[in-house]
Amino acid sequence: MQFLSASNPKRLLSSLLLLLIAMVLGFGLGATPASADSVGEDLERGITGNVKLDGEPLGGVRMIVEGGGYNAETVTGADGKWYIGVPGVEGDTYKVTLDQETLPEGIAVTGEGGATKDVVLGKTSPLVSNFFIGEGTRVTVSVFDQVVARLIYGLNFGLMLGLAAVGLSLVFGTTGLSNFAHSEMVTFGAVAALVLGAGLQLPMWVAIPAAVLLSGAMGWALDAGLWKPLRKRGLALVQLMIVSIGLSLTARYLFQYFVGGGTEQLPGADSTMVPLFGSVALSMTDLVSMAISIVVIMGFAWWLLKTKTGKATRAISDNPDLAAASGIDVDKVIRTVWIISGALAGLAGVLWAYFRPGIKWDMGAQILLLIFAAVTLGGLGTAFGALIGSLVVGILVETSSLFIPADLKYVGALVVLIGILLFRPQGLLGKKQRIG
Amino acid sequence: MDWGSILNNTLAGLLTPTILAFALATLGLAMHFGFAGLLNFGIAGFMAVGAYGYAISVLTFGLPWWAGMIMGVAASVVFALIMGIPTLRLRGDYLAIVTIAAAEILRLLFLTTAFEPVTGSADGLFGYNNSGGFADANPFPPGDYGWGPWTYNEQTLWMLVFGLTVLAVATLLLWALMRSPWGRVVKGIREDEDAVRALGKNVFAYKMQALIIGGIFGALGGIVLATSTNVSPGVYVTSLTFFLWTALLLGGAATIFGPVLGSIIFWVLQAFLTNILPALAESGILPVSGIQAATLRYVLVGIGLMLIVIYRPQGIFGDKREMTFVK
Repeated sequence: MQFLSASNPKRLLSSLLLLLIAMVLGFGLGATPASADSVGEDLERGITGNVKLDGEPLGGVRMIVEGGGYNAETVTGADGKWYIGVPGVEGDTYKVTLDQETLPEGIAVTGEGGATKDVVLGKTSPLVSNFFIGEGTRVTVSVFDQVVARLIYGLNFGLMLGLAAVGLSLVFGTTGLSNFAHSEMVTFGAVAALVLGAGLQLPMWVAIPAAVLLSGAMGWALDAGLWKPLRKRGLALVQLMIVSIGLSLTARYLFQYFVGGGTEQLPGADSTMVPLFGSVALSMTDLVSMAISIVVIMGFAWWLLKTKTGKATRAISDNPDLAAASGIDVDKVIRTVWIISGALAGLAGVLWAYFRPGIKWDMGAQILLLIFAAVTLGGLGTAFGALIGSLVVGILVETSSLFIPADLKYVGALVVLIGILLFRPQGLLGKKQRIG
Repeated sequence: MDWGSILNNTLAGLLTPTILAFALATLGLAMHFGFAGLLNFGIAGFMAVGAYGYAISVLTFGLPWWAGMIMGVAASVVFALIMGIPTLRLRGDYLAIVTIAAAEILRLLFLTTAFEPVTGSADGLFGYNNSGGFADANPFPPGDYGWGPWTYNEQTLWMLVFGLTVLAVATLLLWALMRSPWGRVVKGIREDEDAVRALGKNVFAYKMQALIIGGIFGALGGIVLATSTNVSPGVYVTSLTFFLWTALLLGGAATIFGPVLGSIIFWVLQAFLTNILPALAESGILPVSGIQAATLRYVLVGIGLMLIVIYRPQGIFGDKREMTFVK
């Protein structure tokens, strides 16, 4: 224990005693702490602070100071004050932690950096270190509820990814193109909804379907104006892929050009929370979003499995030459695929705008690799594989933030992407011959 | 409009440590894509490995600057092995997706606050050139050197000489490699992998070697960049990879000097647009705001990339016959 090595016996004893008191106060008495608010007063320097909530002092809050092999803690007095002496000299860094478990229910540290901060000893002593405390931001839910909530968020996110991924996968299946500009189709849907809903003040139940239709039209226009002429020109697949990268850059910065670098909110983003059970609650938009995703995906599945165009699409994915020879109009089917791909991506963009929340010029690019991960995981070119891959990726991303820092949550999905290529490169539903 | 300063800034952009760094990375891409046919979309990751490898070795492990740079290069070899082993046996676009994902994983790992003591998180790393002794190794006495837009103090001159030396050695090495038997096998793999395999060559090993060598060039690019600016995770984004690809395809993917010249053209053009677009906006010739004018140049990059790939895939200095492998 560092705690032992850095302290002399006398201080050790008093520290232990204080620790004991702190524990009793922290967990037992809670609200009525005695005057055990300072520790290590015989040391030359110290760190102090005042824990307050809306101007009212908070007693019984556990404070911990660590650094340079030294380690001490105390609890705030009834006046909210605390003092911890430290053995260091000027320039030494100490870590000050406010134990949020000892705060009253529903109260949390709200300032930047959270409940832990690094302080550097200065010329004057004691050094003042205060935390901003406010209501509501600390999540006080059980592990089970957290897991369930994350699973539901993950399902929602996965369904949304799925809408984007099936389109990408269909385009890949029918044309062989890895379309890096797919992320911009996602952004396009969201921006279109923003322009119609917030700009033209249309009600959202008109604006969103209109945005989806516009996205479908965009898919049509891209195929008619760019991809079909390039196919006819005989451009290689690698060239087409790089063209899609150029298109992605162009479109992304055009969005920035028009909507700026900030984040815009769609109307209705601040909907009411619907409690489901326990402490798990979802916003109304989340619930509607999930319902829309499920309905649209089922409609898409019906289209792909039952309709003539859907069957033709699968035939082309399997073997374009054979499909053409058996009388399928390949160009017409590809055109349909682009329209559907654009519309689904646009819808995914609208839902992603509510999920994030907010519309930003690079919002599509943020999830492009997750979409690719989903498509690869399911098997490149397979629509239902992409759907399953999306659900896996979505749930993985959301649940992984329970174990790893939140700013690393996308890493897990990308590692899975690389891992799947090691063990099953054709993906979950892919066929072996595709990987050639 | 101040044409003098616009011209001056553009000409100064011809020779900067940054351009040398990007030229090195583009050279690495030429090795990967132009000569070996490997679709590497993670070159920004290789640069990041080199830069962070150097900076972390100096700052965290206290190595001298040259040892830190060697560590950066060694780290890029490891990175190439990790990426290459799962993907080099698969079809080309798998490598594209995996490399872009791996570069993004790296960037997120450098960006996260979890490893802040080592990586500096969003602030990045700085001060390694002084503590590692790179600045002290400067052989030039203090003073101003050069003339006109190319006036440098002794520190910038040292960075430039260092970068130029690395770039010259790398270019020479690439040239020598590509006219060696090894280079002919690699180009053969690019054209027809199965034919080369039928001749009894270990295609996987050759591809891996090409990936490693190109990756080392990329890492050296990152190191040269690190000698002139701070190491910051915001630099090594996917967009940087795409810009390097644009520079490569502009110059000519399967050429020795194309990548270098392509980088110079690309970044001088960028410097020019950075200066002229806001000036045009300010003087009212372009009806846009200053911020929009700055965004506009990236739009132009995207359009330029599309046009090159569609109309001149071999680049300015390339030979169309060298690009038949692009299928």
